[in-house]
Amino acid sequence: MTALATRQESELALAKAGTKEFVTVHVADQLFGVEVIDIQDVFSLKGLTPVPGARPEIAGVLNLRGRIVTAIDARCRLGLPTRPQGFAGMMAVGVEYQGEAYGILVDSVGEVLRLSDSDFEPNPVNLNPNWKDVSQGVYRLEGRLLMTLNIDQLLCVATA
Amino acid sequence: MDELLGEFITETNEFLETVDTQLVVFEADPTDGNTLNSIFRLVHTIKGTCGFLGLPRLQFVAHAGETLLGKFRDGTLVATPDQVQLVLESIDRIKEILAELEATGAEPEGDDSALIGALELAAEGHPAPSAAPAEVEAAAPEPTPEPEIVAAPVVEAAPASSTGLRWDPDLGRELRPGEVSLAELEAAFMSATPDDEVEPVASVLLAPVAAAPVAVELSAPAVERRAAPEMRAIKEDDEDAAAKGGAVSSNQTIRVNVEVLETLMTMVSELVLTRNQLMQMVRNTTDSEFKGPLQRLSAVTAELQDSVMKTRMQPIGSAWKKLPRIVRDAARDLNKKIDLIMDGEATELDRQVLELIKDPLTHMIRNSCDHGLEAPATRVAAGKSEMGSIRLNAYHEGGHIVIEVSDDGAGLSTARIRDKAIKNGLVSEELAWTMSDSQIHRFIFAPGFSTAAAVTSISGRGVGMDVVRTNIELIGGTIDLQSTEGRGTKFFIKIPLTLAIVSALVVGSRQQRFAIPQLSIVELVGAGGASEHKVEVLNSARVLRLRDRLLPLVDLSEVLGVPPLDPIAYETSSAFVVVMQHSGQLFGVVVDEVFDTEEIVVKPLSKALGDVGTFSGATILGDGSVIMIIDPGAVYRRVGQAEEVVEEAVEAVQKKRGQRPETTSMIVFQAGGEQPKAVPLSLVTRLEELDATSFEQGDGRTLVQYRGELMPIVAADPYAPIATTGVQPVLVFTYNGLAAGMAVDKIVDIVDEALDIEMAADRAGLLGVAVLKGKATEVLDVSHYLSLALTNWDDPGVNKPAKHIVLVERNPFFRNLLSPLLRSAGYEVEAVDTVSAALVCAEYRKPSAVLTDIDVDVASARRLLSDDRLAGTSIVALSGSPDADATGFASLVRKSDRDSLIAAVENAAKLEIAA
Repeated sequence: MTALATRQESELALAKAGTKEFVTVHVADQLFGVEVIDIQDVFSLKGLTPVPGARPEIAGVLNLRGRIVTAIDARCRLGLPTRPQGFAGMMAVGVEYQGEAYGILVDSVGEVLRLSDSDFEPNPVNLNPNWKDVSQGVYRLEGRLLMTLNIDQLLCVATA
Repeated sequence: MDELLGEFITETNEFLETVDTQLVVFEADPTDGNTLNSIFRLVHTIKGTCGFLGLPRLQFVAHAGETLLGKFRDGTLVATPDQVQLVLESIDRIKEILAELEATGAEPEGDDSALIGALELAAEGHPAPSAAPAEVEAAAPEPTPEPEIVAAPVVEAAPASSTGLRWDPDLGRELRPGEVSLAELEAAFMSATPDDEVEPVASVLLAPVAAAPVAVELSAPAVERRAAPEMRAIKEDDEDAAAKGGAVSSNQTIRVNVEVLETLMTMVSELVLTRNQLMQMVRNTTDSEFKGPLQRLSAVTAELQDSVMKTRMQPIGSAWKKLPRIVRDAARDLNKKIDLIMDGEATELDRQVLELIKDPLTHMIRNSCDHGLEAPATRVAAGKSEMGSIRLNAYHEGGHIVIEVSDDGAGLSTARIRDKAIKNGLVSEELAWTMSDSQIHRFIFAPGFSTAAAVTSISGRGVGMDVVRTNIELIGGTIDLQSTEGRGTKFFIKIPLTLAIVSALVVGSRQQRFAIPQLSIVELVGAGGASEHKVEVLNSARVLRLRDRLLPLVDLSEVLGVPPLDPIAYETSSAFVVVMQHSGQLFGVVVDEVFDTEEIVVKPLSKALGDVGTFSGATILGDGSVIMIIDPGAVYRRVGQAEEVVEEAVEAVQKKRGQRPETTSMIVFQAGGEQPKAVPLSLVTRLEELDATSFEQGDGRTLVQYRGELMPIVAADPYAPIATTGVQPVLVFTYNGLAAGMAVDKIVDIVDEALDIEMAADRAGLLGVAVLKGKATEVLDVSHYLSLALTNWDDPGVNKPAKHIVLVERNPFFRNLLSPLLRSAGYEVEAVDTVSAALVCAEYRKPSAVLTDIDVDVASARRLLSDDRLAGTSIVALSGSPDADATGFASLVRKSDRDSLIAAVENAAKLEIAA
């Protein structure tokens, strides 16, 4: 907590400098970035209870320290193929949306990156509409592109 | 100020609830000084606080009420029910103003002078004016224009000042330091609080202050300043009351936000889970040093969980507080004498559950007052005491709370409920007669069911018990009743102790575990394999034969949306059937495995799962895994669909056997022998017992003068002669204005059964033999007898042109029944059994009208409507029930209704002429 608080403070200090902090996650082969301030936890997936009859992007429910978290399958939500080995060994990004706990299932969680606004570009016009809905734009990194992932938009369709 | 106001409202509302209850107690026993004292103190506190906060309307009303109470207290007046009613009215007014205050933050405008006047008059010892309530009602909502706002309080102030002066006798008592009321003295002995001395002193201080600011000064600061000492005095006064015990318990309490408790609850649940995990780990190692401390942790955690649960618990009595007042008011309105007895008020249950049962309980008590208990005169006539009693009882029973609401009234009228249920189409007539009384009684829980003859202001709008049932089922409870006609009714409400923790059965379906709330489970049956209970399949619907009953089954996986296993697989695989009950319906749920019952902590589902509908929540088991909790209602809805399939199957079987589920009323009689004979009741106009000596012979027939005309009589049995002496029972038929009688030996019964006629055309006058009431009964062909009796019976109408009518009726019985009837009315009838045959008939000769049965196959009957061979011809629908769907047809006629049948045909034929 304190680490996060200090980080938030330092972020405030650096905000003027035109940078943002992102946690990078991998979904299929694509690199995505979720803004640090949106994230509550990052945890590895242990035990998932499927909910029969729920929409396909809802992978199930899980127990995170006594709280029931609804898990959203990012691959399904983004229209990417499901993993052949299922959900085993996946990571989850814990977020809070409208007072409820959700976990976004991703393949792996990378590092925390501070990215400069000058590297930011809006979504290319030919981007898949599924992705356009959940992304504000792209950061050009060295050798690869990082899609931003907007949590609210990712979940607003799921909970609509 | 806002915060202060909020606290005042909360506090005052609590006070008012207590005052209500206490006043009813006081009314019953006006000599009860203890109760009166506590009422007086509460009203006094309200008055004082209002003055402090600058709420003149509240203050004046409370003051006037207090004055009257003061008179009761010092013994100047003995309380009469009318006076108590006045005080109750003033309490109601205070509640109204408070509600407004809570909503808007300001005291509403209004004029209370009528109420205050009535209170003062009463305080002076005059009988309460009966017109007061009406006046008050009229005066209250009247909006006062802006400039009058200042004027209004002045008007109110005037009477208040005079009451202030009339307060003297009370002061006089207070001034005598040696005189203390007996009750206070007793209480003082019991509690021996040294503070006791303070009270009179404080009262002395307070008395003039109370009167003065109210009367003259209206500027807020002044009121506030002067009222301050009074406020303090009251506080002492109040604490004093608390210390004295009596009705007010003196526990030290604090107000805690419910949210804090909820968080605490969550944390404790989490702690329990962690402990369970730790225990699991330690259990696997032998001789661990953690064992001792963990044992302690375990015990402490369990205790902590208990305590936290307790913080959410409230005695059920707090939900009952309003009831004495409701019963009292209802008794007054209905002119009944009602005694409300409450037992087990201390039974504790979850605050949330408590809130949810308040309304259903209130509704039930009102019902009992209004419909349950009879008027005093009726009670006395029935040999009961004039005073009816309603008893509320609450107790714990195996993790649940049972609340009994019973009355010693008239009980439920089984006959009336049965009639109503049949009329409302809730049950078929024959089924209704096979049901037990208690099964019939349960129909009162069906939607829109009310047997109350009159709608009163108290209850009986037809939305009664089903709403109660729905509300109770919503919190996972059940409701049942027991009623004896003339002795009373007893309702049993079983509700969970808490909504946060429920007992549930953990079952497995398709490798996944689910929880089913225990409360909705009736029993568990092993099925399939070598089990004695077998799953059987009826037209793809599965049923279980359980103790001579067919139980509709649904596979849990089906409810969950997974396709069910092949029914044949049930033959070999073993399965369990969880017998559940919901909305009064029993059904079985097939599961693959049954694990255990567990106390589970219910957690709500996120919005993302809101549209699933199958689950009422989720829970975390001891091993940390999450499982979903099945909503019994969702399963029930699923079974409802399955039940239709079963019904369809039954119908299909019946059709195959040529049996009609429809019933016909038959009159059963004896004629020429023991074997019963029958004719359809609908054909009989009258049953007569005629004097046989009045029979005359003429034209070779037996005739009798009947209603001014000659009526021929034929014997039902050609070999049994018509009596010549004594009384001859006769069935009278009338056709086309002509009456004919059929002489029988004895009328036995009227039965209402499905007719299953074995056709037998070997004897004239006999339609066939049917089994009625378990006996082979000859069904007579009435038309045959009528043709014997009436020579012009088959004449194609004297003054009517012969019109051609086609009758489509698959059932030979009705075909044979209706054709002669139509012929006698002067029509040429072509009776056919299928729609296609009718259309062929129409090709040869266009009929004036077509009569068609719509019960057997409405779809093909509709073909008549669109076929151009019948263009311009009226098609009349025939049905056994008066509310069959006959859209598109010229009219709908009941088969048993002769007169409208003829009228409809005539109408239809007329239309044809017009066209």
